[in-house]
Amino acid sequence: MEYIIKNGMVYDPLNNIDGEKMDICIRDGKIVDSVSKSAEVVDASGKTVMAGGVEPHTHIAGPKVNLGRMMRPEDSEKDAEAKSGDRRSGSGFSVPSTFMTGYRYTEMGYTTAMEAAMPPLVARHTHEEMVDTPILDKGAYPLLGNNWFVMEYLKNGEVEECAAYIAWLMRATKGYAIKVVNPCGTEAWGWGGNVHGINDPAPHFGITGAEMIKGLVEANEMLGLPHSVHLHCNDLGHPGNYETTLASFDIAKNIKASPKYGKRDISLYGTHVQYHSYGGTSWRDFESEAPAIADYVNKNDHIAIDVGQITLDETTTMTADGPMEFDLYTLTGFKWANCDVELETGSGVVPFIYSSKNPVHSTQWAIGMELFLLTKDPGKIMMTTDHPNAGPFIRYPRIMAWLMSSKYRNDLIENELHSWAQKKSSIATIDREYSLYEIAQVTRATAARVLGLSETKGHLGVGADADVAVYSFNPETQDASSDYMAVETVFRKADHVFKDGEIVVKNGEVVKPRMDGRTYWVNCNFNEELERNVISDVQKKFKQYYTINFENYEVGNEYMRRSTPIEIKCK
Amino acid sequence: MSKIILTPKEQPQVPLEVDTILPDTLAGKSIEEIKSMHIQYGNSEVELKEFFDVDGESGENPSELQIEFNGDVYNTKRIGEGMTTGEIVVKGNASMYVGAKMKGGKITVEGDVEGWAGRNMEGGEIVVMGNAGDYLGSAYRGDWRGMRGGKITVHGNAGREIAEYMLGGKIQINGNVKMLPGIHMNGGVLIIDGNVISRTGGEMKGGTIIVKGKIDEFLPGFEFLGAENDIEIDGEVIPGSFYKFRGDFATKGADGLVYAATAKNAHIVP
Repeated sequence: MEYIIKNGMVYDPLNNIDGEKMDICIRDGKIVDSVSKSAEVVDASGKTVMAGGVEPHTHIAGPKVNLGRMMRPEDSEKDAEAKSGDRRSGSGFSVPSTFMTGYRYTEMGYTTAMEAAMPPLVARHTHEEMVDTPILDKGAYPLLGNNWFVMEYLKNGEVEECAAYIAWLMRATKGYAIKVVNPCGTEAWGWGGNVHGINDPAPHFGITGAEMIKGLVEANEMLGLPHSVHLHCNDLGHPGNYETTLASFDIAKNIKASPKYGKRDISLYGTHVQYHSYGGTSWRDFESEAPAIADYVNKNDHIAIDVGQITLDETTTMTADGPMEFDLYTLTGFKWANCDVELETGSGVVPFIYSSKNPVHSTQWAIGMELFLLTKDPGKIMMTTDHPNAGPFIRYPRIMAWLMSSKYRNDLIENELHSWAQKKSSIATIDREYSLYEIAQVTRATAARVLGLSETKGHLGVGADADVAVYSFNPETQDASSDYMAVETVFRKADHVFKDGEIVVKNGEVVKPRMDGRTYWVNCNFNEELERNVISDVQKKFKQYYTINFENYEVGNEYMRRSTPIEIKCK
Repeated sequence: MSKIILTPKEQPQVPLEVDTILPDTLAGKSIEEIKSMHIQYGNSEVELKEFFDVDGESGENPSELQIEFNGDVYNTKRIGEGMTTGEIVVKGNASMYVGAKMKGGKITVEGDVEGWAGRNMEGGEIVVMGNAGDYLGSAYRGDWRGMRGGKITVHGNAGREIAEYMLGGKIQINGNVKMLPGIHMNGGVLIIDGNVISRTGGEMKGGTIIVKGKIDEFLPGFEFLGAENDIEIDGEVIPGSFYKFRGDFATKGADGLVYAATAKNAHIVP
């Protein structure tokens, strides 16, 4: 099948195209130079054209997402869609069911979404839900920051053994990148405690968060994985945590990125940094330290961050940071769920209501915005809400509108938000406005690059996957700064979306709801002998400590409809 | 007041759901248009006229419009769900969710209602001449924000877990209730003229429960404050002599009140 998307205004930062009127040609699922006369024409004149969106950090599949669904029937009642044609029914405002998740991301023009926290032991469940999430290309990051094997190897200084373990684990669980959540803190939570900062050791193992981050970054670069270590720092959501954040970022400073796949140049990815940019010592003297974090990102090239922007909604928080969720539960008194995943990780789930009238929440909103607006290079920052933690992903168009219109922001600051937003942050003094080019960077290009997927994702150059979003926004006649409501509307429901060269959305409606996306995972050929040792070690531990048999652990190819291994040869 | 009469033909085995049939939505429509409005029948949509004869006269103003279900609609759910104004009268029994999420207007059911009547109600009035089922005036599953306002009167008995997570408004039960009335209650007033089996006000934090009959078994998390005569709640005086309790101290920051008639409840006083 051939298509030509004619006369759209194209924004493609990876190819330095900034609002040029041009045609995009599609053949056999790829972007090509030219197509034959029989190609179907999609008229995009007066419209904005971008590559399919790339979501670097979201929570859409796996046990804690499902736990969120189970414990919040009231969230399902709030937002339900009926079946229509091939499109299945679904429900859930902050934690949508699998099918609805796929449809809603696709409607916004997103074509790739990465599940940012997969407990290795529950990888099968995670993949089962990803199979049921249609259209999107996906991948999942196994949680390794509190894993007994990793802690043991790194405590003994066995970085190579650790790398071999990770290579095996990525293949066994069909994982994509190393995820670290509150390193050593979730393990400490198994004993009723937490770690404070990066130099506080885990019980029994004695290793610190700083040593874990350093060892994992070294192992990551030894393996040459496409993505860097994906770090959720210690002390999430605690006043004064920005120092921990800066110290954590600094650990990777002198470790050079050396991916064997993709063009990533960072060695560390800091996620939902809004939650990690707090000054003060308590909620009373709490204030924004976003300028300090943005300044660090501006001055250093080894780090990229995503924001975790507060959207001021009622949502469901969920994270492998078990002790943090307990703190949140004691703060709100809302219902709380807590999970321990044997030797590997844990998690917690708590509903949360972010209110514009609440001083802390208003400031958190401002901190996220500051990070976006004070980070000079949009090649280092990405749009996320840490869905659903800071807000549901369907609010991305609203965040775009906030970024593109200082008037919109100021209206909110003046009329809706608690005065702390102005007092405790610098947001009211910033008048920067994002351009469509910069929006394309923070929603597509940057993520594709840091994930190591920029050969085929996040751009519209020849050879890229034909994932294209066409939005009914005319940059020649419409001004996002004043017409911000239009931004919010058109980016929520794209005019056309192509996935692998097929039209999946027309006039904001999903028209190919049964399409399957790829599952990316890393098949890393590291060191066979070391891997054999690792596996025998793991098998022993399974017999001793796990509640299931080793044979139940590995995820087979039957868990993926379009298995897409990224082959890495280390020798 | 103009009136639309919906006479049920037969009640199918699979329930009907009529949350689309409200004074708000019928106002301004002709009888013919109303006949072809959609209601839910199991997992499919059907036209109203398939299960109801439609007569009467519509009006422009929903607050001046009455809908009458002229017969027993024991398998019709969601009557008056989300209504904001006008009136609905059911000349028989009704199934679940009568007046759920109701914001205004009045619903009268001359027979019994099934569970969840008035759940998450915000305003308006529901009168049930017969009995009510479980979860009357409660919060929906999982929610911690229940009935906020309005008034529910049940002339017969009511079921279990009524007024769960109630925040405001008033519920009056003339008959008896089963277990756990006012569980997790945070505000509002629940008056029970008859008896309660057990666990009155379990984990309540606020609001007031008045029981004029006998409480078979009372929870230990309540503090006994003595006896009081002719209590006054929101300007209304309730005559009689009552034992007064505060609780439920099984939960943090508890400040709910339970009044139990002295004549029948000496056995629960410490």
